[in-house]
Amino acid sequence: MRMKYVLSEVLVGLWRNVTMTIAMIITMAVSLFMLGGSGLLYQKVGDMKDLYYENVEVSIFLKTDVSEQQRTDLDSKLKGDPLVKEVTYVNKDEAYNRFKQMYADAPDLVNAVKPDQLPESFRLKLKNPEQYKNIYDQYKDTEGVDEIVDQSKLLDKVFGVLTGIQNFALAIAIVMAVAALLLVANTIQVAAYSKRREVAVMKLVGASNWFIQAPFVLEAVVAGLFGSILGLLALIGVKLVAGGGSLAALEGLITPISWSEILLTFPLMAAVGGLVSAVTAWVTLRFYLRV
Amino acid sequence: MTKTYPKASRPSLDNVSVSIEKGEFVFFIGPSGSGKSTIIKMLLHEVTPNKGRVVVNGKDVTSMRSWKRPHFRRSIGCVFQDFRLLPNRTAYENVAFALEVIGKTKAVARRVVPEVLELVGLGGKEHRYPHELSGGEQQRVAVARAFVNRPLILLADEPTGNLDPDTSIEIMRLLDRINRTGTTVVMVTHDSNIVNQMRRRVVEIESGRIVRDQHRGVYG
Repeated sequence: MRMKYVLSEVLVGLWRNVTMTIAMIITMAVSLFMLGGSGLLYQKVGDMKDLYYENVEVSIFLKTDVSEQQRTDLDSKLKGDPLVKEVTYVNKDEAYNRFKQMYADAPDLVNAVKPDQLPESFRLKLKNPEQYKNIYDQYKDTEGVDEIVDQSKLLDKVFGVLTGIQNFALAIAIVMAVAALLLVANTIQVAAYSKRREVAVMKLVGASNWFIQAPFVLEAVVAGLFGSILGLLALIGVKLVAGGGSLAALEGLITPISWSEILLTFPLMAAVGGLVSAVTAWVTLRFYLRV
Repeated sequence: MTKTYPKASRPSLDNVSVSIEKGEFVFFIGPSGSGKSTIIKMLLHEVTPNKGRVVVNGKDVTSMRSWKRPHFRRSIGCVFQDFRLLPNRTAYENVAFALEVIGKTKAVARRVVPEVLELVGLGGKEHRYPHELSGGEQQRVAVARAFVNRPLILLADEPTGNLDPDTSIEIMRLLDRINRTGTTVVMVTHDSNIVNQMRRRVVEIESGRIVRDQHRGVYG
């Protein structure tokens, strides 16, 4: 009977103030959608970093007038370097082949360049791609070295943008969460006010604190859970729309987000939505009901 | 014990010491602001004294943690001047509500509530709403609600304050009957008629001090 009472109170409470309930659910949904999206993006950026940095190379281009001695010195130095995982030497002919491949659709350019004009280089795979700076400092002044190019610098720019988007989503999530929080607090106050007589009698006759508070707290939690379901639906909608349309072009660059990944963010969204609502409601009640 | 409210220039109760035996019927009388209501609040653990102790049913209420308060309250029934009934519930539902929110089943309520409504003289009016009842009848519902849980103590804070003299006397007869079942009744009032008719113990308070404590007393 007590459970039934509490549940019916929850439904009555949500319905009594239905416009506020809807506002609460919508803000909660937007906040959780942004949170989920930012979580997914964070995961994606992590995946992509692993994938791309794995293959990233540092190229040390040699001067055209490099001597035999300088080259072998550098070679043995690189091979002995603890930061370096793998060294490949690319001579002028190989460089020319790569160049031809790369610009296969621009035969004029290829014809204009002779193998002699392309520099020899060492291609390095680093044990940890983020230690590029050390390599750069170490070898930039070595004799015979012309230029050191790090592919990961380009990637850093790409990831910078993605991280920016992610932070933006997170910021919106937080702002909306604050709005949702205030709405929850307000809704609970209104609910507590409209039930003040009942609450006064309950306190008087010695109803336990949890019994007085439970309907209010659950009211907020139910709204939070509804919000998280809406947020999940929004994420699914974005995948459906983007999967067929504008973002499909980026498919090759950004690893696709799978259904299971989207569904797995739901527990996170539901937990955050439910917990934040519950805590807010409870704190509000402590100030407002003094039970 | 002593109670000083914050921002008050003098204590609401100043070194007051009263002992009430089980089964007694006690009037607290005195002018408004004399500190009578503070006593009720202390017995309910709504306020705690700054100095001294409040002991109810052998338990020190002063040091009681607030989470234990609900359970403690179940041994005390309360009646107020303004009845404090729920307007959207019938007499029966008002009384049953008090039982159900402390975890009693509907079956228990069905058995006990009609009984107690009969006791307070509301047999046949169980399904009336408060606005369909007279002031005296509403107060009877409130008494029924306070008594349905068979408390050891019944606190009544000016229960006749809103009632005409005849109705007041009926309510007093009811409280007297409840007192005879062994329930301690503590009543705050400044209705001299009633005090004079009942001839029970009278504790008079003035400016936070006890000025008289008399068995079979009158309003003075």
